[in-house]
Amino acid sequence: MTVVDLPARTHPDERTIADGNDQRKRRRRREYGLFALLVAPNLLVIAVFAYWPIIYNAFLSLTDWNMIAARPKFVGLANYGRTLTDPAFHKTLWITVVFTGLIVVGSLVIGLALAFLFNLPLKGRGAVRTIAFAPHILSGAAVATIWAFIFDPGYGLMRALIEPFGAEPPDWMNSSDWALPGLVIVYLWKNVGFAALIYLAGLQSLPKELDEAAAIDGASTWTRFRSIKLPLLAPITFFLLITTVIGTFQAFDVIAVMTGGGPGDATTTLSWSIYNEGFQAFNAGRAATLSIIMFVILLVVTTVQARVMERRVHYR
Amino acid sequence: MKTRAIQYVVLIGVAAVFLGPLYWLLSTAFKQPTQIYQWPPAWWPHLTWENFSLAWKAAPFDRFFLNSTIITVIGTALKVVNAVLTAYAFAYLRFPFKKILFFAVLGAMMVPGHVTLLPNYLTVATLGWINTYAGLIIPGIGSAFATFLMRQHFLTLPTEVTDAAAVDGAGHLRTLWRVVLPMSRPMLITVVVITAVEEWNNFVWPLIVTNTASMRTLPVGLLILKDEEGLAAWGTIMAGTLLVLAPMLLIFLIAQRYIVGGITAGALKG
Repeated sequence: MTVVDLPARTHPDERTIADGNDQRKRRRRREYGLFALLVAPNLLVIAVFAYWPIIYNAFLSLTDWNMIAARPKFVGLANYGRTLTDPAFHKTLWITVVFTGLIVVGSLVIGLALAFLFNLPLKGRGAVRTIAFAPHILSGAAVATIWAFIFDPGYGLMRALIEPFGAEPPDWMNSSDWALPGLVIVYLWKNVGFAALIYLAGLQSLPKELDEAAAIDGASTWTRFRSIKLPLLAPITFFLLITTVIGTFQAFDVIAVMTGGGPGDATTTLSWSIYNEGFQAFNAGRAATLSIIMFVILLVVTTVQARVMERRVHYR
Repeated sequence: MKTRAIQYVVLIGVAAVFLGPLYWLLSTAFKQPTQIYQWPPAWWPHLTWENFSLAWKAAPFDRFFLNSTIITVIGTALKVVNAVLTAYAFAYLRFPFKKILFFAVLGAMMVPGHVTLLPNYLTVATLGWINTYAGLIIPGIGSAFATFLMRQHFLTLPTEVTDAAAVDGAGHLRTLWRVVLPMSRPMLITVVVITAVEEWNNFVWPLIVTNTASMRTLPVGLLILKDEEGLAAWGTIMAGTLLVLAPMLLIFLIAQRYIVGGITAGALKG
């Protein structure tokens, strides 16, 4: 083994500094390269399947297209004009608002009540909490199928619950009065356990001192609930409100299985009519218009609520 | 003492409300048809497997099951790999405009999935992926929420450990595999389980992007079974429903603390 000792052209100290700079630059370049490599697949999928659809929708909403013709026909804002003045669309929007409102209020109220129940020192409360939460992770299509049978006016479980009170069980899913309340019951059954779980986690993280001090000062249970616990839980209520509104606006599987938007248009929500226009009527322009409307509504809801809550929510 | 008794009654009532429908499903799936169509209802089934063989005859449930399994396993794997790699890059590597890029990833959570259905269908059609596994899986493997959860978790790990690995000459991928991931096991399990449940239950996308029975997944197959069998075959339909639910119920029973932990963490931190 021979060691070739090259004559040093620069001062040894200088050389190491120059080498160090080079090395650092090379290392940084390699780090950038690795970052790009690790992040690129995810960013590509997100760009193509989450962001591009917004732009694509905006374009399609300005066209008339049955998805068979070679190219969409540009119609300007005609789709928006027609949709926004269409009484059928107004009804759809009203149904969506009622449906969402009932589910949001129901989830928050029942969820909070359940959370207080599960917070009591009762035997078996953990098991019941788990049972109440389980429907949240089950397939919406499967849950809807179970409930379709429960609501069966001839042989369903609901008939067994209603008849003892002397009432006639309604034909839930074929009645324009009962179909929407029926869907609300199913969604509540599926989702209150989630709200309860989140509220329970919130309750258990509340500082005990405040509540105890109020109790010593003689505040009633109701006062302590209204003036201490509820305000402290506001950020959680806010989170549940937003997630439930966003989730319910997009509710689809239970509607598809149980009513298909019917009877008539009794359960035609915005999400159902997007599907209906796009994949049953093959009217891309209308479906895209409705999609943009849904996107804007949800964006506004989140922003406005975030602004309001920023001022009023009691952040700790 | 009296209030306590009332509280227990309420607790049992709540359990009944949530267990009732599941018992109704289970008992109907194992009842003989004559027992299903009788009034008052039979609360206890004369056990039979008949409904399952009927369901199998009415629709290719073995094929649905296979499709659902393939999509859940591959879809979950790809999505979690995406989340882990992205989260690692954002937590440990330098890059220009990193913050803006991170907001671009998180911003995907602001886009409601239902709004993307039509454009994504058209994109997938352009790619020639209609009625294929690629079309079923690829659009769903982008990860924003799981990436966020993983990154937040990585940032809580002590830097001494990753620094030590770097000093020992371990490259980034080796550090990720040997040091960071083993220290993140609970969070990783949470992300895997939550993703798998979502993939299995996914309904509207497989409904749109498939058009033959051989490519349908279980939830979509169930809809078709219900529409075809109508109200005259609740036994068959309940047997099919049980097949859709059973795997997730099983996973829930095994991994519920990871699911519950992940969901509450997302809510309280987010």
